[in-house]
Formats: sequence, structure tokens, C-alpha cells
Amino acid sequence: MLISVRDLAKTYSSADGPVRVLDGVSFDLEAGRTLALTGESGSGKSTLLHMIAGLDAPDSGRIMIAGRDITKLDDRGRAALRRSDVGLVFQQFNLIPSLSVADNLSFHARLAGRADPARQTDLAERLGLTAHLDRYPEQLSGGQQQRVAIGRTLAAAPALILADEPTGNLDEATGDSVLALMLDLVADSGASFLMVTHSARLADRLDARIHLSSGRIA
Amino acid sequence: MIRAALSALWSHWRRHPIQLLTLVVGLALATGLWTGVQAINAQARVNYDQAAATLGQDRLPRVEGPLTLADFATARRAGWPVSPVVEAQVPGTGLRLFGIDPFTLPQGAGAVVPDLSDPDLLRAFLAGRIVFAAPETLPRLPADLPEGRGLDGLAPGLVMIDIQAAQQVVGTTDITRLLIGPDAPDAPEALVRLLPGTTVTQPEADGDLARLTDSFHLNLTAFGLLAFVVGLFIVHATIGLAFEQRRTLFRTLRALGLPVRTLAVVLIAELFIFTLVAGALGILLGYVIAAALLPGVAATLSGLYGASVAGSLGLSPVWWLSGFAMAGLGMAGAGGLSLRRIVTMPILAPAMPRAWARAQRRGMRIQAAVGGVLLLLSVALAVLGQGLIAGFAALGALLLGAALLLPPILVVVLDFGAGRARGAVTQWLWADARQQVPGLSLALMALLLALAANIGVGTMVGSFRATFTGWLDQRLASELYVTAADPAQAGEIEGWLQGRADAVLPIVSAEATLADAPGDVFGVADHPTYRDNWPLLQAVPQVWARLAAGDGILVNEQLARRSDLWPGDLLSLQATGPLPVIGVYSDYGNPQGQAILGLATFDAAFPDAPRLRFAVRVPPDQAADLGAELAAAFDLEADQVVEQAAIKGFSLAVFEQTFAVTAALNVLTLGVAGFALWASLTTLGTMRLPQVAPVWALGLTRGQLAVSDLGRALILAVATALVAVPVGICLAWVLLAVVNVQAFGWRLPLLPDPGGWLALGGWSVVAAVLAAAIPAWRLWRIPPADLIKVFAHER
Amino acid sequence: MKDSIGTWAPQWGLACIFAVILCTQVAAQGFAGLGQGGEGFALPEPDPQFVFPQDHGPHPDYRIEWWYLTASLQSGDGTRYGVQWTLFRSALSPEGPQVWMGHFGVTTPEDHFSGEKLARGGLGQAGVAATPFSAWIDDWELAGPTLDTLTLTSRTSEAGYDLDLRAQGPLVFHGADGFSVKSGSGQASYYYSQPFYEAAGVLSLPTGDVNVTGRAWLDREWSSQPLDADQEGWDWFSLHLDDGHRLMGFQLRGPQPYTYASWITPDGHLTPYADGALRLTPLAQSRVAGRDVPTDWRLELPAEGVDIEVRAVNPDSWQDTLFPYWEGPVTASGTHTADGYLEMTGYE
Repeated sequence: MLISVRDLAKTYSSADGPVRVLDGVSFDLEAGRTLALTGESGSGKSTLLHMIAGLDAPDSGRIMIAGRDITKLDDRGRAALRRSDVGLVFQQFNLIPSLSVADNLSFHARLAGRADPARQTDLAERLGLTAHLDRYPEQLSGGQQQRVAIGRTLAAAPALILADEPTGNLDEATGDSVLALMLDLVADSGASFLMVTHSARLADRLDARIHLSSGRIA
Repeated sequence: MIRAALSALWSHWRRHPIQLLTLVVGLALATGLWTGVQAINAQARVNYDQAAATLGQDRLPRVEGPLTLADFATARRAGWPVSPVVEAQVPGTGLRLFGIDPFTLPQGAGAVVPDLSDPDLLRAFLAGRIVFAAPETLPRLPADLPEGRGLDGLAPGLVMIDIQAAQQVVGTTDITRLLIGPDAPDAPEALVRLLPGTTVTQPEADGDLARLTDSFHLNLTAFGLLAFVVGLFIVHATIGLAFEQRRTLFRTLRALGLPVRTLAVVLIAELFIFTLVAGALGILLGYVIAAALLPGVAATLSGLYGASVAGSLGLSPVWWLSGFAMAGLGMAGAGGLSLRRIVTMPILAPAMPRAWARAQRRGMRIQAAVGGVLLLLSVALAVLGQGLIAGFAALGALLLGAALLLPPILVVVLDFGAGRARGAVTQWLWADARQQVPGLSLALMALLLALAANIGVGTMVGSFRATFTGWLDQRLASELYVTAADPAQAGEIEGWLQGRADAVLPIVSAEATLADAPGDVFGVADHPTYRDNWPLLQAVPQVWARLAAGDGILVNEQLARRSDLWPGDLLSLQATGPLPVIGVYSDYGNPQGQAILGLATFDAAFPDAPRLRFAVRVPPDQAADLGAELAAAFDLEADQVVEQAAIKGFSLAVFEQTFAVTAALNVLTLGVAGFALWASLTTLGTMRLPQVAPVWALGLTRGQLAVSDLGRALILAVATALVAVPVGICLAWVLLAVVNVQAFGWRLPLLPDPGGWLALGGWSVVAAVLAAAIPAWRLWRIPPADLIKVFAHER
Repeated sequence: MKDSIGTWAPQWGLACIFAVILCTQVAAQGFAGLGQGGEGFALPEPDPQFVFPQDHGPHPDYRIEWWYLTASLQSGDGTRYGVQWTLFRSALSPEGPQVWMGHFGVTTPEDHFSGEKLARGGLGQAGVAATPFSAWIDDWELAGPTLDTLTLTSRTSEAGYDLDLRAQGPLVFHGADGFSVKSGSGQASYYYSQPFYEAAGVLSLPTGDVNVTGRAWLDREWSSQPLDADQEGWDWFSLHLDDGHRLMGFQLRGPQPYTYASWITPDGHLTPYADGALRLTPLAQSRVAGRDVPTDWRLELPAEGVDIEVRAVNPDSWQDTLFPYWEGPVTASGTHTADGYLEMTGYE
């Protein structure tokens, strides 16, 4: 059992008063499995993903990753979690604009202390980035940028990979090919994979799926 | 429509209050420093004019010597339009007593004379019951002087009193001089025949204090201008950013039907309002700066040039208006380009920050090229140029060229650093710093200018100080300097000193025309004091022996440079005929040409020159005792017997005071640059979240991010400081070797001051860290939710 | 402009002090002291006993005093000229200091040159000595062994004069033996004259030197009292009649004009005529220095059968001094022919 989420709750204050984004969410994810997290806009699926990534903390409930309750971690602990145990792929790619493609690819792995040039070369090749290693993110297309983001995550070899609408900014054909490539690579790495998407079609390509509605699992 | 447009445009400033603050403060600082310096200069000039115009004595010939009021009456009865003056220090107050005769005072434009139209007032003045002084001088009047009345326009420190009352106060029946008014019946020399023992002094050629103190004011003005330019960098950066950020808004407004002309008018109005507000603030600031610095400036000018400057400000409306004009000029310069870009923008041009960024990169190459050309131009001007204007143009081209070259240089340096970095975070640090260069370039250029100016001026001051100190040691070789009251006493003193002192060297001088300009000629005795000490820049062999033999003349550096008179050339004096120049000596702080003759030659050429002053050689440990004995024996005032150490101490104190003001302006300029950096970093800080958030998401704490922010500021500041050192040294060289020579006629050696440069580098690091501290602290304390928003696809 | 005002200010203050007599508009400042003898100054008393030559010298106990010489002159070709020389003394207080003011005037039919000097007393720059007589300020001087034999020398940057004066008759004493009343309310001065000088000398004019001869008149007057507050100014005539008589007359203008005349026979006998006997009527005005000044008068002294018209030789005889006034030579015709001097103050 890699992830175990129990009774997770989170309330944000907004202009219209407090909004209960998560309201007692519980689920599990086995190591090496893939899980889709679907739901409408505002259903709380991104918030849930951010909490599992250690970016945000819940009001109540527990998130166990590899037997450790990450809700108990302080700032530094959560940073260490993000650095070593979790890989993140965002809809906006969120590459580091000042670094070249090659440096972006190796960045997370070097932070995690798991830099492996051989694996990186292999990844660049499989992601079709070998010709672009000296370029900068702004010179790449959206699909290329997302492939860099995927490569950055996989190069760090985390146990858990989280993706938030990774194909949301890509056209359907590009998105499909990027997702297929990502799933292949995830499968090869043996990591667990949790992906937020609003698309049932994409969700169907993962092992399992849970649906959030108004902060609860439907 | 206009109202809607206005509110839309204004909403930008409401959402970006820091930007608004930066803009206003930047312009206010620029205006403030400039107007502050101008206020000081204007005040000083007003006071010089007052001092010079007091009794019009700057323009009138006068008779001095042993004189009483009976001599005055004799001269008047002989038809001479003379007026008596008693001038004396009021002991212990720093005040100057000016005794006048209101009935015969020569009339002239600019003379400040009390209004005695009230007979009671006239009665009281003649009876010595009241005196007049500038209002700011009144509180300094001691209790034993008659009651003071305010008189605007009187030079500071001057107390105007009736002549007979002045004689009573001073305890004398003598008068100091007779001023010869216009319409004299004969040449003034004829009056000397009537009053034996007196001498005529023609209006002083160097009486114009404004000219004497030009060097000092030039210094201040240059700094004011520099501070203004540094401030303008801030304004330019902020306006550019505000316009860029509102590009989308402008496009929308125009798409909604707002004519481009109206948009331009609205934007101009906006800039105009900023100008008014910031200009007003700046003028207030300038007033505060001037009021704060003026006492120091006044002390300097009084010590250095004997010029009286009021310690408080009186400002004319013109000054206030010019402050606004400067603010407007600055705003027009800073905003004009941005405005033009908006007006000429096609209506549907997309907001393309990326394209803009790429255009900037292209711009950087052009910038580097222009900077290089400017540096070459600067070198050409410095080497080939003639005149002060060329000197300043060389300075300007140097500073501007260096500023333009700074961003490209920084990019190269940071690229190099990123390539060498090992860790992922350090590599990112370098790379991200490089990424920030375009956004920070204007602030960094401002910092470069401030640092370079500090290094340049600091080096100049240091070189000047070292040279000046050494020169004082050489020039003031004698232990005692004595001034007798009259030729008879001079003879007695000389006799008295024989046997008591090792040597008594007369100091004699006369005014003469040197190469078509007024100057002084000195006569010196043939004595080792001169041979061993006098600082000669160039000389023929056996120069002192030849001087004593009357075979030549020494000229000071100013005269040598101005008139191109070097050893081997001939200088012709009216009194001597042509003489070969046999040496050139340094003569700092003297704006005029000067020459030295052997004593015998001098006496033959200027038989009437008063022989009142002596330099006395005694063993240094006996100087004080001999001075005291001499003063007691001849009832000499403290300023008539001066020890060498006192003169040196005084000269150096004046020197330090002079450059204390410069140092204050230096710190202010650096402060302005620091503010620019802070403003830019703060603005960028809010825009940088998308670049910082991914790094945070990949496992850095906010604390680490904050530290890296500080580190980046540090890298940039150190890199800028490293560029500033050579620029500053070049600046110092131009100041010492070009501007000084053109402005004052002497050239100083450049003495490097690595310690000072290091300290300045340290200060720039402090400035940068302080500037980066608040943005960094904000990053450290930023709620994670704000970072997460970067990833939220709903945004 | 401001500068020149500032420069002039102290002199202007002096002018105000001298104007105590010359000008009524500032008289108020000294008026309060009238009852106490002008702030501690001595006051003229009736029945004066003059002692000469001492009384030709200054009287510092009195506030104001003058030595006032006018000369009506002609050159060989008959051209008329006038010369004025005045030394005023004013005591700022009874204890001093004394201040002196000299006035200079030369009139030709076309030009008028004026000059002015100021000095403090006690230094020797200006003063008066009785024996031998000398009155001077700077290099302007009226001097001689006695008052009967004087030399007058003065010059400005524009013009100058050197005149020898020989008295051909005795001193005359105006009013009641030299006690001269100046108003209905009793202001008075000591006043005597030497109206019988024959004058000869040289005028130095910008156009060259001119030899002149003619007749001169010296007035001596001292007092401590200002004019009445409502008196606007005065018109003063000194005339040498061709039949050898001399006539001095003045009027003090105001709501109650006050006139006085002295009729002097060729042998020096003086008949005083009190208020009302003399009638002065302006006949024509001239525009001088921005004001209208009567330069043509009808003068009537019916008691002596005098009815003459007095005309200015040069209507522009304006004394451009700190306290400006009109003063110049005149000629007269009618029942008598005469020449002399006219002084007019207080025309605004």
C-alpha cells in the first residue's frame, strides 16, 4: 500500500464565505498502480492532488505515503518529500525558464541526489528531446515542453508520480501521444501514478478511477 | 468614455501601489537631489554677490595704510570722493564689523545700505546705538555690541555700524581704508601723494568670489546632475514597466473605440499629474537636503575662500519653478519613449511579453554596440578634446557607455557562472540571475553609475588629499608666519628676530599681469628653505641659483598650462621685461596665475610692494615660544603670528570639510541607486512567482528560495561593483587629468585606493542585500496557497 | 530701482531733516517738540542781540541753520546767468551730531546744473568758521577775511564757478531787528542778509568758461522750529532793483498764506512789511520735472509803489537734489526793473 488517504477535509475562505473543498475523502493506491482522479471544475480534485504532493496541508484527516503520515511534516519535511518521493507534472508544464532543456531534465534528479546521466540520455531519446537539449523552454512547442516536464519527473525516479491535467494544454492528438508515452514510462519505472483529469476518456486508460463531486468521492 | 478610460488606467496603480510609490519617489529623489544642490549653489552665489557688493568695494579702488578720519577730511577737502571704512573682526564671534559713513558712501548698484530715512533711526545709527546685520546674523551678535536691526541682503556675518561707533568698539582712531568713489578728479596715485605712507589698491582682479569658488560648485553641480540621472533611471524603468503591463488594457480601450489621440492625452495627463506631485515632493526634499548640507558648505566656503554664505536658505520663485521644470523634463525623458511606442502601436497588436523579451535580447546586442562606441568616443574626447566641455562630454560618454555595456557584460559573466556551477540549485541561481538581468538592468545601471561616481570621486579626493598634504608640507616649510601692521613695524620685527631665529625670510608679493591675465608675483630670498622644499614640477639645472641671480622666473602650474609656458619659454612682465621660465611649481587651490622672482629682481621691479610678511625659521620645538614672545613684544594679534602647524591644520580641516559634503552627496546617490534596486526587485518579485513556484514544487523550501533570492542580488551587486571599479578609475583619471586641468589648471597624480574600493564594494553588497531583503522576506513568508495558484488550471 | 533707493536711503533721511524748514510735509515729525523749543533746542527770541563776526559762525544749539548765497549775473554779451551756493547745518539732537548739506546750482538760459554734498560735522569735512570767515563742505567753499570780502568756489563733474564778492553796503536785519516770524502761530527764525555784493568771476560750463559780473545776496538764517503743519511750501524772492533798492519777499503757502517783505534802501535801511502787505500772484505756470511751477509772477508791494512782473531766466531751474525744489535767476519789469533770485518749494 503506497498511498492511504483517510477522512481528508479542507475548507478555503472565499469572498462568498467558507468553501468546503474536501469533505471526508478516503481512498488507497497500491504501489505500481495507476489511478485517475476525475470530477467537475471545483470538485476538489486538484486540491487533493496538491495535498498528496505535500504542497498544501489539510485541515483534518491523514495522508500516509509508504507508511508515513505526511500531514505531520513541517515545511522542510514536505520539501524533502517533494524532492525525493514525489514527481509532479503540471498542466502548464512549469519548466524553469532560465535553464536549458538538458538542465531542466536533470534538475529534479540532481535535487533528489539521484542524477543518472545514462538514464537521462535514455529518457531524452525516448521522449524525442535529444535534438532540443540545448534549447530553452520558451523555444519549444507545448507538447515538447510537457515531454520535458515528464522527463524531469521520471529522471528523478520518484516512487509516486502525480499529474494534474498533463494534457490539458495540448491538442487531442498531441495529448494522447504524450499520455501514452507517459504511461509507458511510468509503467517501466514501476512508480505509482495518480492523475487528475476531467476527461473520462483519458481516465479509462488508467488502472482505476475515483470520481470527486463537491469534495466527496461519488 | 474618458472617465471610464481614466478609471481603468488608474486601477492599474491601485493594484500596484509599490510601482506608484517607486515612480513618485524616484522622480522626487531625482528632482530633490538636483534642486537641493542648485539651492546650495544659488544661495552661495547670492551671498557672494552680497559680499562683493557690500559698499561696492569689489569695484572701487581704495587707499590703505595709516589713516584716520582727519585724513579722510583732508582727502575730501581736496576734492576726492572718498568714503572711510573701518573693518575689524569681532573677537570670538566670527563676525566682521563694517564701519561706514552713510553720508559719503559711494552709490552703486547692488550696494546694500540700511534705510535711514527715519531721522530717529539715523540719529541712533550715528550715535552708535544700533547696528545692522542680515536677519540670520542677528542672533550671533554679542551682548556688548549695540542693538541689532535686520537688514536683508547684507552678507552673512557682517555687522554694519557707523564709522565712529566702529572706532569706539574697536578702540582705535584709525580707519582701515578709504574707498574712492566714481568721478575722482585724478588717478588714485595722486591721492597717495596727498596721504603719505598709504598705498592704492585697484579693484581686485580675483574679487569675484563666484569665480574663485567655481571649482567647488562645479563639483556639487556634477553630483546633482548625476543623482538626477540616477533617479531618472528609476522613473524610466517604472514607467516602462507600467506601460508594458497595461498594454492589454490599452489595446482593449482602443478596440472599444477610444481614439489613440485621446489615449495619448489621457496618458500625458497622467504623467503630468505624477510630475506635479513628485515635483512638489522633490522640491521639498531638495529644500531639506540643501538646508541640511548648507551649514557644511558654508563652513567650507568660509574656510577655503573666505566667502561668507548664510547658513540658512532664501529661495527665489525661479528656483521653485526650475524644480518643477526639472521634474517635467525628467518625466518627459523617461515617459516619452514609452508613450510613443503606445501611440504608434497597431490597434490589434497582441500583448506579446515573449516577443518583447526576445526584442530585448536583440536590443541588448545593439546596446552593447552603442555602449562600446560611447566608450571609444569617451577615449577620443579625453585624449583629443580641448576645453572643459570636452572633459565633461568625455565623462558623460564614459558613464553612459559603461552603463549601456553593463547588462551585456552581466549576461556574459552570469552565463559563465551558470556553466561552471555544480549543484542544481547553484546552477539555477546563476541562470535565474541572468534571466533577471533585463528586468533589473536599469536599476543595476543606476547602481553602476553611483558606484563608479563614488569610486571616481573618492579616488580623486584621495589623490587630491595625498598630494595636497604633501604639497602643504613642502610649501609650508617655515615654522612661523608673521604679518606686521605697517612697514615700520615690519622693520622692527625683522630686527628683533635677528639672532632669535635661524632665518627671517621676507614674503613679498605684488599684483601683475601675467600672460594677459591678472595674477601675483612673489619674491623669494635665496635660502635652503626654498631650495630644499619648494615643490617644483619641472626645472632647469641650478634653478634656485639662477632665480637668485635674476636669470629667470618660476611660474605656477596653472599659468604654465594655461599659457603654455614651460622651461625655456619667455614670460614678459611689465616691470621686468622678458624673462626665461626656469621652473614650474605646483600651486593647488589657487585659481590664478602666479610667478616667483628672486628677491633682488622683485625689489627692483616692484619697489612699492609692502614688505609686511615674513616666514621665520626656528627649531620646531621653539616655534610656539618664539611666536608668543613676538606677539607680546609687538602687541600682535593672533592672526598676525601663525604657526605652521596651525595653518596646516586649518588647511586640512577645510579640505576635509569640503569633501564631507561630497561624501554626503555620495551616500545619497548610492542611496538612490539602492532604492532603484529595491523598487525593481520588489516589482519583479510579484512577477516572478511563476518562475519560483516550480522550483518550490520540486522540493525547495520557501526559506531556501528566499536565501537564493538574496544570493542572486548579491551576485548581481558584486558583478556590478566589479564593473564599477574600472569605470570609476577611468572616471577618476578623466577628473584628475582632464577636467581638473581644464577647470583649475593643475593636474594631480592618480593614487589608487584599493581599500576604499573594497569598502565601496562592501557597501554596494549591503545596499543590494538591503534592497533584496524585503522581497526575499516576502517570499519566505508567502502562503503556499499563493504558490499553488501558479499551478491551478482555473487561473 | 530698488538698489538706487537703498543707496539713497541714508541721504534721504538727511534730506528729511533739512526739509524741516524746506518742506512742510515732513514737518509733523518735529512738530510735537515745538512747545519745548524743538526737543531741547534753543528757540529764537525777540529782540536779538547779534555779535559779529561770531554770529556769522554756526549756532549748534539751534536745530537748523544756513548760509545761502545767490548771484544774479551777466556775461559781456548780456546773457543772464545765476549761481546758487548753500550750506545747511542740521543738528540731529542738541548734543549732536551735526550734519551738513551743501547745494550747488548754476543756471544759464538753456541749462541748469545742480549738485549736492553731505557730511558729518566734527571731522573737518564740512563746517563754518567766523574769523576768518569760511564755510565749506569738501572742496566747495565760501571764504574770505571777512564777510565783506568773499571768494566762492565750487564745482561738480558738470559745472563750476569761481566768484569774488565785495559787499557795497551793510548787513540788513529782517522782521523785528532780525527776529523773523514765519507764521500766524508764531514760528520764527533769526534772519539777516548781506544783499549788497558786487560779484565777478568765471563760470565753468560744459560749453566753456564764461566771465560774468553781477550782484549777489547772502542770507543767514537759523531756527529750531518747523513750519506750521498746514503750510505747503514757500515762494521766496530776492531782488536787486535798478534804482539801488533791494526787495526780499516771501509767502508761505497754505490755507492761511503768510507773507512778509523787506524793503531795503540803497544805504541799507530796512522797512519790514508784515503779513498781507505783499501780494504775489502767479501769472504763468511751467511744466518742470513733472509738476506745474509758477515761473511768472506779479509782485505788488503797494506801500512802496511796487507792481512788477517777475520772470524766470530759465523756467527749468530745477534743483535735482534729494529734496528737489525750484531755484533760479529772475528779471523783473513794471514800475521797476530788477533782477534777482526766486526759490519755490512744495510744488507737487
